[in-house]
Amino acid sequence: MKYVDEFRAGDLAQGLAAAIAREADPSHTYNVMEFCGGHTHAIFRYGVQDLMPANLRFVHGPGCPVCVLPIGRVDNALELAGDPRVTLCTYGDMMRVPATGRRSLLKAKAEGADVRMIYSTQDALRIAVENPDREVVLFAIGFETTTPPTAVVLKQAAAAGLKNFSVFCNHVLTPAAITHILESPEVREIGTVAIDGFLGPSHVSSVIGSQPYEFFAQEYQRPVVIAGFEPLDVMQATLMIIRQLNDGRHEVENQYARVVTREGNRKAQALVAEVFELRSSFEWRGLGLVPYSALRIRPQFAAFDAELRFGVETKPARDAKSCECPSILRGAKKPTDCKLFGTVCAPESPIGSCMVSSEGACAAYWTYGRFRQQTRPAARSTEAAA
Amino acid sequence: MTAHDARFVGGAIPLSGSVDMMHGSGGRATAELVQALFVRHFDNPMLRAGNDQAAFQPPAGRLVISTDGHVVSPIFFPGGDIGSLAVHGTINDVAMAGARPLYLSAAFILEQGFPLADLERIVVSMAAASRLAGVPIVTGDTKVVERGKGDGVFITTTGVGVVPEGVDVSGDKARPGDVILLNGSIGDHGVAILSKRENLAFETEIVSDSAALHGLVADMVAAVPGIRVLRDPTRGGLASTLNEIAQQSRVGLRLDEAAIPMKADVRAACELLGLDPLYIANEGKLIAICAPADADRLLAVMRAHPLGQEAAKIGEAVADDLAFVQMRTAFGGERNVDWLAGEQLPRIC
Ligand code: SF4
Repeated sequence: MKYVDEFRAGDLAQGLAAAIAREADPSHTYNVMEFCGGHTHAIFRYGVQDLMPANLRFVHGPGCPVCVLPIGRVDNALELAGDPRVTLCTYGDMMRVPATGRRSLLKAKAEGADVRMIYSTQDALRIAVENPDREVVLFAIGFETTTPPTAVVLKQAAAAGLKNFSVFCNHVLTPAAITHILESPEVREIGTVAIDGFLGPSHVSSVIGSQPYEFFAQEYQRPVVIAGFEPLDVMQATLMIIRQLNDGRHEVENQYARVVTREGNRKAQALVAEVFELRSSFEWRGLGLVPYSALRIRPQFAAFDAELRFGVETKPARDAKSCECPSILRGAKKPTDCKLFGTVCAPESPIGSCMVSSEGACAAYWTYGRFRQQTRPAARSTEAAA
Repeated sequence: MTAHDARFVGGAIPLSGSVDMMHGSGGRATAELVQALFVRHFDNPMLRAGNDQAAFQPPAGRLVISTDGHVVSPIFFPGGDIGSLAVHGTINDVAMAGARPLYLSAAFILEQGFPLADLERIVVSMAAASRLAGVPIVTGDTKVVERGKGDGVFITTTGVGVVPEGVDVSGDKARPGDVILLNGSIGDHGVAILSKRENLAFETEIVSDSAALHGLVADMVAAVPGIRVLRDPTRGGLASTLNEIAQQSRVGLRLDEAAIPMKADVRAACELLGLDPLYIANEGKLIAICAPADADRLLAVMRAHPLGQEAAKIGEAVADDLAFVQMRTAFGGERNVDWLAGEQLPRIC
């Protein structure tokens, strides 16, 4: 447990900051996208940006699983929760995400729906075992890191022959999304900032390894450095990106070598492959339809697929008008560019998903970085009450 | 009782089994429960008088009153339980006016089926806490709700106290330049509670810091009667409490992260659970804000008290119309320390 302090040491941070200042070429700008909400959170919570030279900018990417889930899928979860037979199990952050008409699972729960906040997939399984007369549905979301635990409960449920347990699967894949950010024409139309390099998601790579990014780095000629979530990890990885850019290299490097290998966790990969298969396309909030970017449950486990069991149909649903989440998730705009930021949209009254999750860029700006704006948006109190 | 045959007067009920609806009926069972548990353990002349209220002569000075409902889950946790917490919490709320707490009242809402042995354990712990603090529980109430309509036991405590002459402590008195002091490490209570949550149970040596702070406060106001603000950072943690004070006083507060005392275990547990220790509940901590000229003397007095040995200067008040709480991180960066939005986790105190 001691390691936490070692990775926080202020003097190490100052040393890294000095190295970055020394090596960052003043005639260049460095736009570094951190894909993961975990990195966004670390940058804001520890004030890492303050230690960076003016020509280095962190661009906040779409790497928060709560933020990228399209509103139509949240509507689906609300429909499931509205079924009187169903007990819907979900992670805490998901409860507050606004769906169509600003409804949310939290509101549904207050109105009497049986929605349970869980801390792990095992909790959902336990609830199913303890309540054989209820249809227990696990609202599964997340990137590669959270997929193996979902695979585990599905296998456990199958082994136990559970009749009342199913999974509403919304697991998504990181490499496809990163590629999409650079590639899709519509994204380019909206205007994406030039991104010079990527901080790769460390927890994801602890499962899939660093190898899946190699093609990406080659194809798009952008450096990718897999970075841990401690603020010192972020700084060290940033230095590694600067060095690559200065040298004209574009490789996959691994700052997080204490956990991540090139191959990743083979056992977890096999488990995921046994239970899930690729969806040909899946909608991401902010990115639109992204090919081969999500997983669904394989036919062998169809009995545990909530989409089949309850005939879930995802209808197109629109994000709140003037919410800039889509552009923010692509790194094209900053939270403060959104008219709603701090006026009607704040963590207590989120309009878009970027304000809901503590890993969302809007929430991080509001919670940790708002003092930088100097003035508090005046309209907030009145409009928020309206 | 000894002079009579217990059969004819309805002797003491055995404290086994569980709370029953009749214990809240107001009839004999209620009276027996009150006698066998509350009067016996809290024992003091005012309570023994058996009235529905306690009468006393108010001392000279400004009177303070504070009330608090306690709904902690789990009811028993490392370093305390809902009973001692109910006593400490209310004593501290009274003490944060710079006051000397005099008396407490306690109201119990019990759920049908709650084990009487657990109730006795709670009452014994409350009695011990109140005796140690020298603040007797002099009146109270008991109600029973049907199974499923409560969470075992809820306790509401009210405290009265008196403020010494010349002391005027209030949340709106912080001025730019003032110094912020804290009496010890943060997050202990919240982490102790979390470690016993069914879903989270993890190994830790951390015990709750639950304690009555009026002795420490008495020493502090004696040494520096001009203390401007005292506040105990309970639910919502240090961050929420400082935001309250900043708003009340219309000043900014600037913290130095490296100066905030925190146990390594608390830091590690928070890291693991993705929580920010600044928002974790405390039950034996206080924040004091005083003029810069008084700060060293106040700090020395705090450190001389057993509950303030780790006291530290953690920041200062600055002029800021927006009343932001900001922190220089241990990293050397800056961040805002905002109000808590929603809850970090459900109900921890
Ligand atoms: S501030 Fe709110 S409305 Fe605006 S982009 Fe962020 S989440 Fe959406």
